Amino acid sequence: MLDSEQKIVDLRTSANVIARILRMALAHPVRMAIAGTATLAAGVVQLLVPRFIGDAVDHIFALLASGATWDEGRGGLLVAAVILFAASSLRGLLLMLHTQQGEVIGQAIAYRLRLRYYVALQRLSYSFHDRVHTGDLMTRGLLDIEGVRYFINQAVLRIIYLGVLLGAGAYLLMRTDVVLSAIALSFVPVVAWLASSSRLRLREMWYQLQRRMSVLTRVMDENLTGIRVVRAFSSQPHEMGKFDRASQRAYRLVERRVRVRVNHGTWMTFLYYLAMGGVLVVGGLQVLGGTLSVGQLTEFLAFMTILQQPVRQIGNLVNATARASSSGQRVFEVLDHEPDIADRPTATPLKVDRGLLRFDEVRFAYPTDDGQVPALAGVSFQVARGQTVGIVGPPGAGKSTIAHLVARFYDVDGGSISIDGADVRDVTLASLRRAVGVIQQDSFVFTASVETNVAYGDPWAVRERITHATSSAQLSSYIDRLPMQYRTLVGERGVSLSGGQRQRLAIARGVMLKPAVVVFDDSTAAVDAGTEQRIRRALREQTADCATIIIAHRLSSLMHADRILFMDGGRIVEEGSHDELVAEGGRYAALFELQTRKADS
Amino acid sequence: MSDHSSEGSSPGDRSSSSDRIGRRMRARLRGSEPEPPPPLAVVGSEVSADEQMFGRAFDGRVVRRFMAYVAPYRRQLLVALAAVLVFTLTQMALPLIIRAAIDDGLLAAQASRRVLGVAGIVFGVMIAINFAANWLQEWITQIVAERVLFDLRRAMFFHLQFVALAFMDRTEVGRLMSRLQGDVASLQEFLESTVFAIGDVVLLLGIIAILIVLHWQLGLLVMAIVPVLLIVRALWLPPARRAFLRARETSSIANGALAESINGVRLIQEMGREKVNFDLYDEKAFANFASHARSSQFSAMMIPIVDTLSGIAIAAIVVVGGASVIGASLELGVLIAFIFYVQRFFAPIRAVTIQYSIMQRAMASGQRIFEVMDVPFQIEDRPNAADPESIEPTIRFDGVTFGYLPNEPVLHDISFEVGTGETVALVGPTGSGKTSITALLHRFYDVDAGTVYVGGRDVREVTQRSLGRHIGMVLQEPFLFTGTIEENIRYAAEGVGREEIERAAAIVGAHDFISRLPAGYRTVLEQRGSNLSLGQRQLISFARAIVADTRILILDEATANVDSYTELEIQRALQRLLVGRTALVIAHRLATVRKADRILVLQEGRIVERGSHKELVTADSLYASLYSMHYASFDDMGGELDRGRGA
Repeated sequence: MLDSEQKIVDLRTSANVIARILRMALAHPVRMAIAGTATLAAGVVQLLVPRFIGDAVDHIFALLASGATWDEGRGGLLVAAVILFAASSLRGLLLMLHTQQGEVIGQAIAYRLRLRYYVALQRLSYSFHDRVHTGDLMTRGLLDIEGVRYFINQAVLRIIYLGVLLGAGAYLLMRTDVVLSAIALSFVPVVAWLASSSRLRLREMWYQLQRRMSVLTRVMDENLTGIRVVRAFSSQPHEMGKFDRASQRAYRLVERRVRVRVNHGTWMTFLYYLAMGGVLVVGGLQVLGGTLSVGQLTEFLAFMTILQQPVRQIGNLVNATARASSSGQRVFEVLDHEPDIADRPTATPLKVDRGLLRFDEVRFAYPTDDGQVPALAGVSFQVARGQTVGIVGPPGAGKSTIAHLVARFYDVDGGSISIDGADVRDVTLASLRRAVGVIQQDSFVFTASVETNVAYGDPWAVRERITHATSSAQLSSYIDRLPMQYRTLVGERGVSLSGGQRQRLAIARGVMLKPAVVVFDDSTAAVDAGTEQRIRRALREQTADCATIIIAHRLSSLMHADRILFMDGGRIVEEGSHDELVAEGGRYAALFELQTRKADS
Repeated sequence: MSDHSSEGSSPGDRSSSSDRIGRRMRARLRGSEPEPPPPLAVVGSEVSADEQMFGRAFDGRVVRRFMAYVAPYRRQLLVALAAVLVFTLTQMALPLIIRAAIDDGLLAAQASRRVLGVAGIVFGVMIAINFAANWLQEWITQIVAERVLFDLRRAMFFHLQFVALAFMDRTEVGRLMSRLQGDVASLQEFLESTVFAIGDVVLLLGIIAILIVLHWQLGLLVMAIVPVLLIVRALWLPPARRAFLRARETSSIANGALAESINGVRLIQEMGREKVNFDLYDEKAFANFASHARSSQFSAMMIPIVDTLSGIAIAAIVVVGGASVIGASLELGVLIAFIFYVQRFFAPIRAVTIQYSIMQRAMASGQRIFEVMDVPFQIEDRPNAADPESIEPTIRFDGVTFGYLPNEPVLHDISFEVGTGETVALVGPTGSGKTSITALLHRFYDVDAGTVYVGGRDVREVTQRSLGRHIGMVLQEPFLFTGTIEENIRYAAEGVGREEIERAAAIVGAHDFISRLPAGYRTVLEQRGSNLSLGQRQLISFARAIVADTRILILDEATANVDSYTELEIQRALQRLLVGRTALVIAHRLATVRKADRILVLQEGRIVERGSHKELVTADSLYASLYSMHYASFDDMGGELDRGRGA
């Protein structure tokens, strides 16, 4: 589904990803300019500090050599001290600007990515969400966006800083002594090579690690969510085994990663010191030979001290880049994923007039990673405004698929679905979903007040409409007994609702929107039959104008429908009114008999 | 740079520059200014569940308990500590070698190559030692930190496997997960940084010592800057921490909203809430952006302060030190060494103060972790608990009273018996205590009074594992795990072959649909089986119980979501299966009840009627009157019972 699941490191993709992040950074030209300039300037000032120190040392040395007194040298020393102080403070201010602006740019990019990610998630169709684990989407939305943000400040601006230090520093030093400069900078190419080679490995490992950690997360999450199953089977040893396997797999990779990182970091430090030792010895010989002053040697050494921090940061830089290219790819993948279901360019808003829903030879299969799972194999029927069609059949017969297709959560593979003659693929999604209400069996309850939940589809609704909907759904007397009535918090962190209450909430939520076509997808399974009858009575008047589809296992839910479809294996195998079907003596009749007979047989 | 000077005010200050970019960005993204949000719309939780972020910087109890997890790696850590010391010492020695080379080799009266050569060799040896020590300290600390993290997570997870179910019932999984991940990670950060912080302290002390030894007056002069830095830092800390805290809060709020929208995405699309949600999410994401922009100012602010102070130190060295050199009370090499040390002086101070907030965070995390570890098992095997290989499959409840909360019993004085091979049905409205009875049988909870016997033994006198081995359970809500169908049916019964799995699937009538799937039994269930219908998931959970092959079966008769045909098939299969097995069935449907040997009608935690179907239906019983009302499911009785009572 998403490429990054299997793909190994591909240099070109990774370069493209980085380029794309950089383009996003350049969308903040003013801040980038400020940050970039501050970084450049900080680098230059940073470089001047050793020179000033060197000058000061030479100055003192000269005074010492000439046997001058304190009074004669004081002026020069004071000037040197003030310059050093000013340079240090200035460098601090510039670095502050660089850090702060870099962070703001990074955060601004993250903010933008978060919004775009959110938009993408809300747009991507059911088939995408069926196959991509919510945990994975969370990881991308949290950690991966963080990875991109981190890159701006840890890598992009750092590279400028490091470039200035090395480039300008090399130039300044070269002017003093070419050989010594070559020694001083000898570690740079080796470090760069080390950095780029470990970069690839770290990126790959980071990637793998993310996947292994998400397996571990999933094991823990499923275990805790399904704790009753675990306890019922006393399967703790089995679960602990699963945990240990996932944990070990992740740990082994962590260990490899740490080794690469440590090798990489320690070698860099060592090479740096080696170059410093070289400067000391060779420079010392030159001082002895009279071709170099002690001050100049001090300058070289001070320059190398200044390089120590940035060289260490090459490690961070490599890490941040590696992480950004894999994280960026994972984020962009979602952003770039074309939703299977989207408005056609020519789409027009649906205008419901007669309210006639028509299925014409509809065929559909759910796409999965293993292939296609057929669901509907040619289904035709129609429902007009004011009519009710009941659908019954064994699990997997394709009943819920019909509910999903009406609101175009998936597109049909063959045939067509139309409302008032307009193919659902030719109208805008927003207008279609306003016209179609699907009330699902297992509806999501948000951690929010009851009224917020009921008014989910129309948050502008006045209280009257909300109470009307809840009383139709036979939920209002329950709500009135809650501690804060309609303002009571429900959901994960609030009052937990039973299955039947959740279903009644979903019904209230759905009917409040007065859809032209309403599908009850087994949405009263957990509601007792008596209450269900009361709900139906109450809804009869409200849905009088709707084309209604009722999907249910309990025949009492749908026996009063105008027409009943008995489905099996993705086809309609029997069709007619309740009386007709019972008279026919087929599978529906058998089912009816099964559900209502009382005596032992 | 002037444009963020106004941001010093409150974080919600709408005129701040970051807000202006926000608005520009938002306008660009959306093409217009946001409308006021609708009155009843929220995204993300309305309640703030933010847990305490910062604890005390040092909590002896947390540290002691944490140390128990570090203890197994004591030896490695000692090595690492030694390596840190060696690393720090060699690092400090390098400027001294440079000083020696300059003072004794280059500036001495008779400048000599020999001294320079020796200095070069010593330098080389030092950096070789430095390399080895560096490698060791990095490797050991990082690996030990990772291992402690993995161990801690494992201990916590294992603990959760046995804690009282009552705790799990009232604790959000998400909250536990954040402890298993976030809190554990912040302890890892703490451990890793502590070892390095020790190195920093050593470095700091070492530098101070060297400065004093080299030239104590100059040394003290440099040191005078430290209190200034500490005071500035103390002033900076409270507002900075507030800003950091706010940044973390806004992050967790925005992340919570994202999580909710991912979980509820189907409903969002169904209800066309995309645009409203986007606006609301934008507000949270923007607050997150603004608070981070602000907290970054605080972290950046320390840079110029430290640099200014180090500038003052260096300037002082140049002036005072220079005077001393000229006055011949100081060698030039010493002055150079001073400059080198002072440049290194401030990094460890900063690192150590950062360590302080890491410690605070770690203590808060530690408290949360150990809070979970402290949740009692509540139900623990007695030390002499029996672990019988086989038991007689009988069940007896003797005067059992039980409640989830003290003084609120949900079962009152329940007594009944189920003999070998019998099937007893529990019937009654939701909340009458049926599920509690099955939970007690499996000893998920302990009774408040009375005794539950399985196979003639008090369930408190056998191990919980043996109960699991002998009692099988099918729960009302089918819960499957990510993995193949085959793995799900086999579940904990490791070593069960494919044939038996197919046989179990065939018994419950699931074989056909499984075979029709593209990958058959190897089909991977995604997101806990969301690619299957609820009924299909239920069949698989039935098959799972069959494979577990226990002599006592508890069925929370999970057929509400299965069509009547499948249900009939399951009923037939169960008839075959229940031969020689003892079953306690929470019955929802007439079909099961009729076949049961005995029926217990429960109401408000009491058994109000008992007998066989025939006995009850002919008597003037509540059961008979409900039965005559044509309800297909006994759950439906709730309302009628209420009504009956009221009349």
